Amino acid sequence: MADSLLRAVDIQKSFAGVHALKGVSLDIAPGEIHCLAGENGSGKSTLIKIISGVYQPDGGYIEFDGNKLGKITPIDAILLGVQVIYQDFSVFPNLTVMENLALNSELSDKRKIVNWQRMRQIAEEAVATINFQVDLDALVGTLTVAQKQMVAICRALIFNARLIIMDEPTTALTRKEVQALFKVILQLKAQGISILFVSHKLNEVFEISERFSILRNGELVVTGFTRDLDSAKFSYYMTGREFSDEQFSAKNPGDTPLLEVRNLGLSGAFEGISFKLHGGEILGITGLLDSGRSELALALFGIREADSGEILVKGKRARINNPQAAIKRGIGLVPEDRLSEGLFLPQSIADNLIIAEIDRLASRFKVFDKKKRAREVERLVKEFAIATPNPANACQTLSGGNQQRVVLAKWLACNLDVLVLNGPTVGVDIGSKHDIHGILQNLARDGMGIIIISDDLPEVIRNCSRVIVLKSGRIVEEMDAAEATEQAILSRMM
Amino acid sequence: MTTKPAGNKPAFTNRVDQHVLRLLLVMAVWMVFMALTRASRFYTLINFQTMASQFPEFGLMSLGVMLCMITGGIDLSPVGVANLVAIMMALLLKQLAPADGGGLPVYAIPLVFVLGAAIGACLGIINGLLVSKVRIPPILATLGMSELLTGVAIVITNGAAVSGLPVEYAMTVNNKIGGLVPMQLVIFAIMAIIVWFLLNRTTFGTKIYLLGTNPTAARFSGLKNHRLIISTYMISGITAALGGLVMLANYNSARANYGGVYVLQCILVVVLGGVSPTGGKGRISGVVLAIVLLRMLETGINRFPQISSYYISLIWGGVLLLVMVLDYFSAGKRPIRRPRKIP
Repeated sequence: MADSLLRAVDIQKSFAGVHALKGVSLDIAPGEIHCLAGENGSGKSTLIKIISGVYQPDGGYIEFDGNKLGKITPIDAILLGVQVIYQDFSVFPNLTVMENLALNSELSDKRKIVNWQRMRQIAEEAVATINFQVDLDALVGTLTVAQKQMVAICRALIFNARLIIMDEPTTALTRKEVQALFKVILQLKAQGISILFVSHKLNEVFEISERFSILRNGELVVTGFTRDLDSAKFSYYMTGREFSDEQFSAKNPGDTPLLEVRNLGLSGAFEGISFKLHGGEILGITGLLDSGRSELALALFGIREADSGEILVKGKRARINNPQAAIKRGIGLVPEDRLSEGLFLPQSIADNLIIAEIDRLASRFKVFDKKKRAREVERLVKEFAIATPNPANACQTLSGGNQQRVVLAKWLACNLDVLVLNGPTVGVDIGSKHDIHGILQNLARDGMGIIIISDDLPEVIRNCSRVIVLKSGRIVEEMDAAEATEQAILSRMM
Repeated sequence: MTTKPAGNKPAFTNRVDQHVLRLLLVMAVWMVFMALTRASRFYTLINFQTMASQFPEFGLMSLGVMLCMITGGIDLSPVGVANLVAIMMALLLKQLAPADGGGLPVYAIPLVFVLGAAIGACLGIINGLLVSKVRIPPILATLGMSELLTGVAIVITNGAAVSGLPVEYAMTVNNKIGGLVPMQLVIFAIMAIIVWFLLNRTTFGTKIYLLGTNPTAARFSGLKNHRLIISTYMISGITAALGGLVMLANYNSARANYGGVYVLQCILVVVLGGVSPTGGKGRISGVVLAIVLLRMLETGINRFPQISSYYISLIWGGVLLLVMVLDYFSAGKRPIRRPRKIP
């Protein structure tokens, strides 16, 4: 293929006996937006690092512009026009936008004396290429995540980039910012720059890319045109498993609601929130980042007590002013930030699993019943299919999906009636995501009441029976999930 | 501690065991050195008995400091608590002694121990309240408490030593059971076993390890963080009070400024014993070993008349840094990496 900008052929790479890439080939045409997808550990990052000269391949070769390359260093790659924008953008927060943009070229020209005028000129040209409106004298540390990303993109453009690799660029962006980013990507494409867009989010792959390649366990599973792809195929290629995408519907919900919220308010966060949750139901609550959705979760669990309105548990008024009160009334919370709020990472998986029900595992005088504890740990590991050789290992040895299962298991061990989940599958790979959804649906079928708070709309629509949309702390819409569409929800959220 | 089934803190078993091994190694080297140079003056029954009656003073205090450090805090008040309790109990003992010079009533010594421990517990609870409810950083709360208690002790005694105690007290606590095992060692051993039991055999132990690892996650898991912290400082108050009562017997007097060096010694042995100053990690075997090691080092050095006792601080500091440096290298020079935050 003479018309490829970059061609990687049969790339092999091993690390200490682990075969990270097993003969992966990839080709990217000039001016193409190519999506590289794959679960964590599939070899995406390794492939990027080989293309950008950080690693040397053990086998195979790379062609750029039709020329076969020998060993290349990161500098060689940059000179060829390959730029990588990593997730953390590698910008200097303590310098101004102008300095961030111009410093690299100042350094690579080996200039010893700073010429502010020339730096400003370089920076102005760079932001102009993508029409990026920003104060050049602002410190980068004060910018939003999206703006930092734009700075990184502009910096890449200064070096006459021909291929820009973006490593999961949308992770920390809001929906609007993602749209702005996609616009910029299309502009870059119009200028003949190729983009390798690394993502595992299906909707983004559909929206932006023309072609896609999917890696799994270090092998290229498929490469083709995005228009031939659909969500079932995508999940299958990513995981090697088939999933049935059944819409969840609540079956015979009970008469008295398990949880009822009347006119609940927390100043500065939300007000006038009323809803009922019956057993067997999955209620979705969605909204933008500032809609008060997270604060509502915290109020239901007693971390931040609501200051007006009331909460009824099984028809009885309940004061939930701390997590113990919530747990006593059968309410659990899977928190938003798994790492800082949900888990004790350096401690054992076993301790992480049993901590919420620990008092039930003690005999008199709070003496630990070790046998009971071991049985319980074994049961939970098995029931939630937590992939570990030994539950005594530290929790941080688990993957994101397994860690989230630990948090889920911790609560389900307590026999709760209501489980509130804030962002249940953030940062979790597709396979585990489906499994977690399956677990939640089964729990609801067994009569539990579940609240999923999420801005992942496909997740909310597929798994919930009803959806509540929050905007600026108020309920603006309540709809039947079976009739809801992403568009309809989005238009109410904004 | 050898490997155990899934019960203990296996995530750390490996490292802590290595740590304990390293302490044993240092101790063995020192014992060999003493055997080669001062065998006749170091390896005597009386010398070991003396050591065993001395180290419980700060050993008891260290047990409490260890628990506080596991929760991610620290206790700088044990010496303040110890001295105040010792003074109050010394005054009580003098009251209890009959004016005619007869013996102390039978209940006097148990009463002193129970009452002393209770006062220590109350002072510890105040520490715990300051740390948990008022949210004063532990290092400041307990330092303030220590100064306050020392001040109270000075006011009570006018800065003088309380002496002239009934002889029975010192005789009982300095007694050697079967003519061999000093009573102070027995008190220390009992407390060490209680603390071991708390850490390894009760839910309280697991809870404070997890609390020390991540207080936010502990709160989100429904643990009663405040109550756990208050209980921990309360235990520390009790161990400090017992340390004070042992000091009272060893010196046969009490004074507001006894044992001033013990504050830093307690922290030193706890860290030396492998307890992480950031919380969530540490075992009693390491701390007990570190306590004994420190005492052996000091006593050993005292056997060399040409080495001034002024060097002792220098040697302790050196040992602490050496063990930490060894730890750093044996950990494979892992860079301290924060878990990547998923937005």
